[in-house]
Amino acid sequence: MPNVMIRKKDDGSLLFYVAKKDMEETIASVETDTSAAWGGAVELTDGSRWYIDPVSPPPSFPTTLRFKRAES
Amino acid sequence: MATMTRDETQALIQEVLEVYPEKAKKDRAKHLAVNDPSIEQSKQCITSNRKSQPGVMTIRGCAYAGSRGVVWGPIKDMVHISHGPVGCGQYTRAGRRNYYTGMTGVNAFGTMNFTSDFQEKDIVFGGDKKLAKIVDEIEQLFPLVKGISVQSECPIGLIGDDIESVAKQKTKELNKPVIPVRCEGFRGVSQSLGHHIANDAIRDHVVHNRDNDDSFESTPYDVAIIGDYNIGGDAWSSRILLEEMGLRVVAQWSGDGTLSEMELTPKVKLNLIHCYRSMNYISRHMEERYGVPWMEYNLFGPTKIAESLRKIAAFFDETIQANAEQVIAKYQAEYDAIIAKYRPRLEGKRVMLYVGGLRPRHIIGAYEDLGMEVVGTGYEFAHNDDYDRTLKEMGDSTLLYDDVTGYELEKFTEALKPDLVGSGVKEKYIFQKMGIPFRQMHSWDYSGPYHGYDGFAIFARDMDMTINNPCWNSMRAPWLKPAEGESEAPVAASA
Ligand code: SF4
Repeated sequence: MPNVMIRKKDDGSLLFYVAKKDMEETIASVETDTSAAWGGAVELTDGSRWYIDPVSPPPSFPTTLRFKRAES
Repeated sequence: MATMTRDETQALIQEVLEVYPEKAKKDRAKHLAVNDPSIEQSKQCITSNRKSQPGVMTIRGCAYAGSRGVVWGPIKDMVHISHGPVGCGQYTRAGRRNYYTGMTGVNAFGTMNFTSDFQEKDIVFGGDKKLAKIVDEIEQLFPLVKGISVQSECPIGLIGDDIESVAKQKTKELNKPVIPVRCEGFRGVSQSLGHHIANDAIRDHVVHNRDNDDSFESTPYDVAIIGDYNIGGDAWSSRILLEEMGLRVVAQWSGDGTLSEMELTPKVKLNLIHCYRSMNYISRHMEERYGVPWMEYNLFGPTKIAESLRKIAAFFDETIQANAEQVIAKYQAEYDAIIAKYRPRLEGKRVMLYVGGLRPRHIIGAYEDLGMEVVGTGYEFAHNDDYDRTLKEMGDSTLLYDDVTGYELEKFTEALKPDLVGSGVKEKYIFQKMGIPFRQMHSWDYSGPYHGYDGFAIFARDMDMTINNPCWNSMRAPWLKPAEGESEAPVAASA
């Protein structure tokens, strides 16, 4: 369950940063992204999949959240 | 001069790896790569930030070096105690040439060395009492000191001293921050973890100090320079450009910086980060906690400077954007003249770099402005995200080496025959004896600054005076020189 910092990139997409791993990836898709909640299964551009219970109300970025690795 | 193809570079790596035993070969192979700018993620081609192999010569430093030497050391109005035996501090003292203004020993302490000089009895009975005494002595001798940081050397962690409690007590007694930093040299694989630990200490003990204090009048144009250590005056030659653009530089981290500048940084509008590796952690923290965005920039060479100034200006309003154009225009005649003077002397020269946090990628543009080409580059302590940023800067099929060993760097240099090698003082004399022009790219070889337009002029002059120095033609004793008509053996660099 790594701590992940999510921030908005210049082009508006979301950056998924894991400090412990120096991993900087862009989020490709988020399962739930509505005005009420944000989260669920998250897929990154490198193909890896992560999971977070939807956060409601949606967090404002940048923020640090705890994600789980989703088995694919 | 023919550049190597992908296969040739790969073959070179294989050849160099040949001497290693099976296990070491397998490990080292992951750290050497042929660049492919089309790759998006460096982890597909190169491994970094791993423990060095036992038995090879690595050029890395320790976590203490990263914290005491790089991040904390340049903060001039604080005293940084090298807590532990005397050597760690003494041998690294002032070696990075972080320039500062102020009266050394009165209100600035940058080049002084403070140490608790551990003896056997301190190891046996613990050094906490000694630490408390040192803090009192410092306060008495240097009343203008604004704060004290305790930089742990290896033994502190090994004997389990409780520097945190001493620091806490003394903070209360002196009413000045006394900051414990757990940067013992054995932590992590290189100085890089020391940067991170130092950043975390700043996060925990400094940046929030003025959270409820609005007495600082901010302007819409406040910025902070982060990750510029003012080596040879680098931050100064950067700062003037930002100020000419109409921005107000509130803080310099940490070259020529002060404690109060750091405390005020959360109040700026934008953090400008030059050395991403050593200070991205604190920038990310300030973004999350205070909503201060950050931006990477690069002030090496006119092309990158113009690019960076425009990028910074784009964050602000039209006045600043117009000012940025004016600044670029103002210096144009100056840098055009420099390029006109030095480019013909340096055109086509090939460079190999092996440096630390940002320079292996940031300087490439400056060399290109002079018509030179970087054919190999590598970092001592980079992580994946640094290589992500490097792949695009380097040409196709160029050589990348991570945590290169003394042997590998020598072999690569023999094979690539660059006209210039840029690395640290430990490498300098080896390459000079091989007859290859060399510049120290950590300390600018006692020159500098190299940042900004003023720095570019010095950079170009230094490269010219190194590469075109007549001494490289005199590397061979006259009686060993081939007789007239015979071809010269390839010892001296191809000048
Ligand atoms: S590794 Fe330990 S003993 Fe060596 S310089 Fe670093 S802190 Fe000092």
